[in-house]
Amino acid sequence: MSLPLQDLCRVAPEIVLCAFAMLVMLLAPIVPRARHGILSTISVLGAGIALAATRFPAMYPGAAYSGLFRADAFSLFVHWIVCGAAFLVILGSTSYLQREDLDAGEFCALILLATAGMGIMAGAQELLTAFIGLEMSSIASYILASYKRDAPRSNEAGMKYFLLGSFATAFFLYGIALFFGASGSTRLDMMTPLANDSARTLLKMGLGFIFVGLAFKVAAAPFHLWAPDVYEGAPAPVTALLSTGPKAATFALALRILADVGAASPLWFWALWVAAVLSMFAGNLAALVQTSLKRMLAYSSVAHAGYILVALATAAATDHAEAGIAAALFYLVGYALVQLGAFLIVAQLGGPGERHVEIEDFAGVARRQPAMAACLSLFLLSLLGLPVTVGFLGKFYVFNAALESNLIWLAILLGLNSVIAAYYYLRVIVAMYMLREPEQEIAAEPVPWTLSLVLWIASMGTVYIGLFPARVIGFAAKAALNMR
Amino acid sequence: MQQTYVLTVLTFLPVAGTLALLLLRSDDHVWIRRLALVTAAAEFAISLLLLRGFSVQATGYQFEEFHEWIQQPPIHYHLGVDGLSLFLVLLTTLLTPVSILASWKSIDQRVKGFFISLLVLETGVIGVFVSLDLFLFFMFWEVMLIPMYFLIGIWGHERRIYAALKFVLYTMFGSILMLVAILWLYRVTAAAGYPTFDIAQIQALLSSGTITLPLRTEILLFGAFFLAFAIKVPLFPLHTWLPDAHTEAPTAGSVMLAGVLLKMGTYGMLRFCLPLFPEASRRFAPEIAVLAIIGIVYGALVSMVQVDLKRLVAYSSVSHLGFVVLGIFAFQAVSIQGAVFQMLSHGISTGALFLGVGMLYDRRHTHLIKEFGGLATPMPVIAALYLFTCFASAGLPMLNGFVGEFLILAGTFQKHAAWASWAALGVIFSAVYLLWSYQRVFFGSITQDKNGALPDADMRERGILFLMAVIMLWMGIGSPFFTRRIETSTQNVLQLMRRPQAYDAGEINNHDMNAMDMDQSTMPVNSANSAAPAGAAGSVKSR
Repeated sequence: MSLPLQDLCRVAPEIVLCAFAMLVMLLAPIVPRARHGILSTISVLGAGIALAATRFPAMYPGAAYSGLFRADAFSLFVHWIVCGAAFLVILGSTSYLQREDLDAGEFCALILLATAGMGIMAGAQELLTAFIGLEMSSIASYILASYKRDAPRSNEAGMKYFLLGSFATAFFLYGIALFFGASGSTRLDMMTPLANDSARTLLKMGLGFIFVGLAFKVAAAPFHLWAPDVYEGAPAPVTALLSTGPKAATFALALRILADVGAASPLWFWALWVAAVLSMFAGNLAALVQTSLKRMLAYSSVAHAGYILVALATAAATDHAEAGIAAALFYLVGYALVQLGAFLIVAQLGGPGERHVEIEDFAGVARRQPAMAACLSLFLLSLLGLPVTVGFLGKFYVFNAALESNLIWLAILLGLNSVIAAYYYLRVIVAMYMLREPEQEIAAEPVPWTLSLVLWIASMGTVYIGLFPARVIGFAAKAALNMR
Repeated sequence: MQQTYVLTVLTFLPVAGTLALLLLRSDDHVWIRRLALVTAAAEFAISLLLLRGFSVQATGYQFEEFHEWIQQPPIHYHLGVDGLSLFLVLLTTLLTPVSILASWKSIDQRVKGFFISLLVLETGVIGVFVSLDLFLFFMFWEVMLIPMYFLIGIWGHERRIYAALKFVLYTMFGSILMLVAILWLYRVTAAAGYPTFDIAQIQALLSSGTITLPLRTEILLFGAFFLAFAIKVPLFPLHTWLPDAHTEAPTAGSVMLAGVLLKMGTYGMLRFCLPLFPEASRRFAPEIAVLAIIGIVYGALVSMVQVDLKRLVAYSSVSHLGFVVLGIFAFQAVSIQGAVFQMLSHGISTGALFLGVGMLYDRRHTHLIKEFGGLATPMPVIAALYLFTCFASAGLPMLNGFVGEFLILAGTFQKHAAWASWAALGVIFSAVYLLWSYQRVFFGSITQDKNGALPDADMRERGILFLMAVIMLWMGIGSPFFTRRIETSTQNVLQLMRRPQAYDAGEINNHDMNAMDMDQSTMPVNSANSAAPAGAAGSVKSR
């Protein structure tokens, strides 16, 4: 048995996140409303400290709490993504909250709690623990999606997300029950040999339900129908969070199940294959015809879920799944950076009430706000997967993994989809740089320094990792390697 | 091997210039132009060092640079030039300052962005020509799309957005399949225990028989590479992006597009398709040649009926590049030399044609032939130099176009007399469409009053056109200067195609792919300088 202190160290980031969430909630009634900026500062600090606190699980790798939770390179990697995402989102949304006159305290606390839940999902080695993490992050996200209480669209988003999300959670929970029935344990690494055929059937059903639940959370087709409405209706910074953190955490959980449960790979392979292809096509084709940038990015995030599912399918296809897992992790890093940046820019340029999020509204942005236009172009090009950006390398590694597993068709379909995607990403750049500006003059709002900082980090990261991926991919490969 | 950094400098100097440009105020147009020109001129001066240091006899790559870049998978920063790429690099460094000069006055909106795009484009194109690592090559290949996209989309003419999108989507479609093929090739090398993206190493592995590609695989890989290049060239049925992109682009964009970007396709065929996939190349050569000939004739015929002068020049590229593809897929040393020469020659003469058309556009803001007429009277200098360019492009002896077309046709004729005969039609047609359009634009009486008072070329424009004319003349009479430097590398390409190397030098056989080479021990996997397989050094005369 390991010492409790070490167990505490292994969940240090979650403890920090929860503690800061409590602190912010306690302070919220005391701090006068005009000075709510300080709550954001504290929360940014909290996310930063959580990021730093990943040092502890790195020092004491291993299973915690009798094997419910596991600190290893893999969970560490995912922690960096989710904590980093929280850090950037909170920092980038401070000005947004002020502009929209929203309450900073609850907002930040909810983000911190959601992030703690994602962290738990990343490290969970037992399905009920994973479920708790999933619920923590989901419930906080439901509230965040409807955070603009007065806006009907935000309410609609929250409601939809909540109803459909609960439905998916129920699937997930049902899957866990069947899994337990079949294997006699909810721990992923403690599967007893299956007793008979009926147990095998149970396990298959259980894994199937779990798959549905997870596919729903990552907005993979055909379970993606909630995503566009929710992403469009939710406040843009919340969308930035929703489309990055929970996705990363859910993919992490799926990868963990793939790696630990031997029966999952053959069973999930075709499901992953089909979901990947459907997501790519559904996301990209629907994105082609969108007029709202927010909605377009929502569909594009469905497509990106598809790309990551390709990596998962390659991980499920072979015995040595490392390449696929590493590719998925690398892709998640790049995707999170870029997606965050893009949605935060939309939040800023959308103007008060986010009224200008149609693609045509971006006409002339290059002249009004050249830096923002350049950043958004960079992010879109990275989503599109052009070189010198992290998005290209992400696709490159996914391609590589797919070919290593001989999934040539999947690779070719991925390629075709990137070309389809080029059209709608470029359309935004066309609007910003090439369309005639609207008649009436739109005043360029000054960009707050917090947002500038976030965009600076995101764009530098995009280019730097795009040119020198060695460290990130090295660590991702290491994380993939010691999952087994 | 002595390390040099000249290629790195050459590749990234324009980017450095771009960073300097960013520091300037964006309304300081004068200094932006000057700085861009100085950067491009310095770049050209450095590229002349390549010409001086280039050894005529040496096989393999020169000015090589080799560094580790990414460990997993093993990607190297590997640069080098040989006879195939040397002049293409020079062409790029020459046409960039010329384009900058050509846009000196005509670009007055978003000047900073324009010159930044142009310089980034230069980096991308030079990177494509000097990369010896497939990954690096692909990176530059894709990067170059962005500045071109902006050049067409922002500073182009009426239908610029449509043209820009079409250009990017076409190219991306081809290149994404090429990426899959590149990775596939990598997997093959990895399966053999020598994972690499390095072109030289892959060639060495293939020539030594350490890795063999089953015919089906080879055909698929060839198809993926060839499609990407054929779109870029563009080969006949894939050419539809070209007239739009060329016509809608600003003058500088058209010059760079026609001058160097199209050559990336033919360069890729020579560098990758032939040496890496010789069997598939041979197998599909007849089909490709037919497409090339259709392109030659069709491009010329369509050119003839254009009412838009710029579109006419654009279609003439389809025709001229058809010659290049034909020369490459005739697999004769002479025809390949001719193809390389024709790439350069087309870059210069079509570049000059676009410059001339751009000057007319600056004055009248139209490309329609019927708007002009009798222009020789108000502007004799432009008329004279434009005529000179037309002659060069149509292949008048003593000028550059003749050399390339002659070598291609002569080389092709040795093996495939029918191909050469059909292609020769293109030579005739090109004289027709060029001279006929010239006649309608410059001769006759002045039909429109506006045309009577048009100013003739100023010093800047005279300088540009005169420079181009001098180069055309030089390439026409001094062609051995070029062909000598190209020759060794074309021999090398043919040598690499002869795999395994046991065959009689005069014949190109296409069977017995499985014969393995004896000396696997000499497989130079960890040497950077392993361009030519052991036996490629010389002694091959395929004529």
